[in-house]
Amino acid sequence: MATKTYREALNDALREEMHRDQDVFIIGQDVGKFEGAYRVTQGLLSEFGPKRVKDAPISETAIMGAGIGAAMAGLRPVVEFMTINFTLVAMDQIVNNAAKIRYMFGGQVSVPLVIRTPGGGGQQLTAQHSQNLEHWFAHVPGLKVVAPVSPADAKGLLKMAIRDPDPVFVLENLALYNTKGEVPDEEYEISLGSADVKREGKDISIFAHSRMVNVALRAAERLEDEEGISAEVVDLRSLRPLDTETILNSVRKTNRAMTVEEGWATFGVGGEIVSLLMDQAFDDLDAPVKRVGGEEVPMPYSKPLERAAIPSVDRVYDVALQVLA
Amino acid sequence: MATTIENKQQLLDNYRMMVLIRHFEERAAQLYTQAHIGGYCHLNIGEEATVVGALSTLGPKDIVFTAYRDHGHALALGSDPGAVMAELCGKATGVSKGRGGSMHLFDLEHRLYGGYGIVGGHLPLAVGAALAIQYREEDGVVMCIFGEGATNIGAFHEAMNMAKVYHLPVLFFCANNQYAMGSMPEEDSAVPEMWMKACAYDMAAERIDGMDFFSVREATRRAVERMRETREPMFLEAFTYRFRGHSMADAGRYRSQDEVREWQRRDPIQLLGRRLEEDGILDTRTREDIEKAVDEEVERATQFALESSSPDTDDLYQYVYTEEDQ
Repeated sequence: MATKTYREALNDALREEMHRDQDVFIIGQDVGKFEGAYRVTQGLLSEFGPKRVKDAPISETAIMGAGIGAAMAGLRPVVEFMTINFTLVAMDQIVNNAAKIRYMFGGQVSVPLVIRTPGGGGQQLTAQHSQNLEHWFAHVPGLKVVAPVSPADAKGLLKMAIRDPDPVFVLENLALYNTKGEVPDEEYEISLGSADVKREGKDISIFAHSRMVNVALRAAERLEDEEGISAEVVDLRSLRPLDTETILNSVRKTNRAMTVEEGWATFGVGGEIVSLLMDQAFDDLDAPVKRVGGEEVPMPYSKPLERAAIPSVDRVYDVALQVLA
Repeated sequence: MATTIENKQQLLDNYRMMVLIRHFEERAAQLYTQAHIGGYCHLNIGEEATVVGALSTLGPKDIVFTAYRDHGHALALGSDPGAVMAELCGKATGVSKGRGGSMHLFDLEHRLYGGYGIVGGHLPLAVGAALAIQYREEDGVVMCIFGEGATNIGAFHEAMNMAKVYHLPVLFFCANNQYAMGSMPEEDSAVPEMWMKACAYDMAAERIDGMDFFSVREATRRAVERMRETREPMFLEAFTYRFRGHSMADAGRYRSQDEVREWQRRDPIQLLGRRLEEDGILDTRTREDIEKAVDEEVERATQFALESSSPDTDDLYQYVYTEEDQ
């Protein structure tokens, strides 16, 4: 085991996969000479050269489309978007091409590519650079969506995503890049459709993904310390496919549940979990399931306003008490 | 042009293919009105010279992307007419297993990398396929076919710029049939001729007569040969005309019948037929034999399509993800 930042873990995953498979290459804005807007691709241009670390013009549609076309022709592109907000410019390519090409053409080609991009707020980057839109992609059959929170999961899931034969959207998070964690030295596998119980508990299940897992874990600690409540925190890790078995097993144990997501809850990830529980765990529930999401405003600049817009440990704590009331 | 024995036979094959596309499309139109074909159905009628003239210049390592008016392209690349007609009819025996339909023909064996339904959306894919060719140091080229309406969308400009910046062998082939549904270039393009847009991307570009098979074939052959050496993108604009509506659901209110008749006087099949007669390659007897053989081929394709089974609804989810098919 070694202690690594989330950023280093991603960088290791890219480097190892590029050594393993000559067809793996990176394409994106400023991934080469600039070494990545958030330095995830640091050192890779000098190690692998410009053929395999391709700086691209500010053309998200062409970057994404070129990745898809290269994947159809047998390569394994890793497409980096500087932030998830810029994927909107490439939405046609992702939804109309990447997700549909295999099906629409009767299985004659696959599209083995990875889309890597950070979401999330908290950096005073304001309305156009702070969004959480990963569930838009999770809505689409043909795509897979993972959202790791720990450095170990980030490395493991990115490697699995690169080896997957279909398009995988890997959600990173701006506020996680400098966080640290233990990463195994040896090879390890994480299935793309697997949730992870990050903290065991018996009184309430808290479902979260990406950075909100850390918020939920801190809320769980407070619930334990201040109220003696044992909260289970389930890191969804993968939004599509969703690990319904782990979710249901947790609720069958705790009989109470809530969801936490950084993005707007309306039509969001929490709603999907609630629907699953209504459908398959109705009799196991002792209380209505509650959702916590970001406040439904465009992200403001002012620090106090921004802080108020993003789900906090306090809010998760308060809502957990409501569910347990 | 020297008419050697080889290229006599090749020219007859090209002529035959244009006749096949015409008859195939006319039969598809019938099947559409009889509700054997659903959804949208865009016909190549009138544009056969752009299809056969361009695609007959390609080799076995080259890749083709095209838009939703794609029946002729599949046929010209060698797809089985029965499998194409079956796809139009939504059958399991179709080239895309009944999942794609008229707009989404795909034939890996014949290097057709798809017909696409979002205008301009396939241009970046062609850039990516060319990137793969460059990456593996292969010698193929990519031909990307689209209409003049696609030159007004962002994906066109991003793809053209990226192809040039990366030095990729993509032949951007614009079949300018003068109507983006009902809009003419004079109405929706800042420049009236599409080749001019390629100049902004420092790309060699040329406008050619899209009704004249020889004009299309010679220009395309020159471009492809040059690209095999330079590995740089190029642009061709074939000025043509569709004799039918944008799709089968088009009342044609945006243009006059006189205009359509005027263009039909330059029917690409008749133009090529007359030229081949003048050169002593084609005579009345051969022409009739070709018509008859093509009719029979289209009828066989039609019967195959109509008699084929629909995909099993138990297989609805097949092909969404790769591992689930294995």
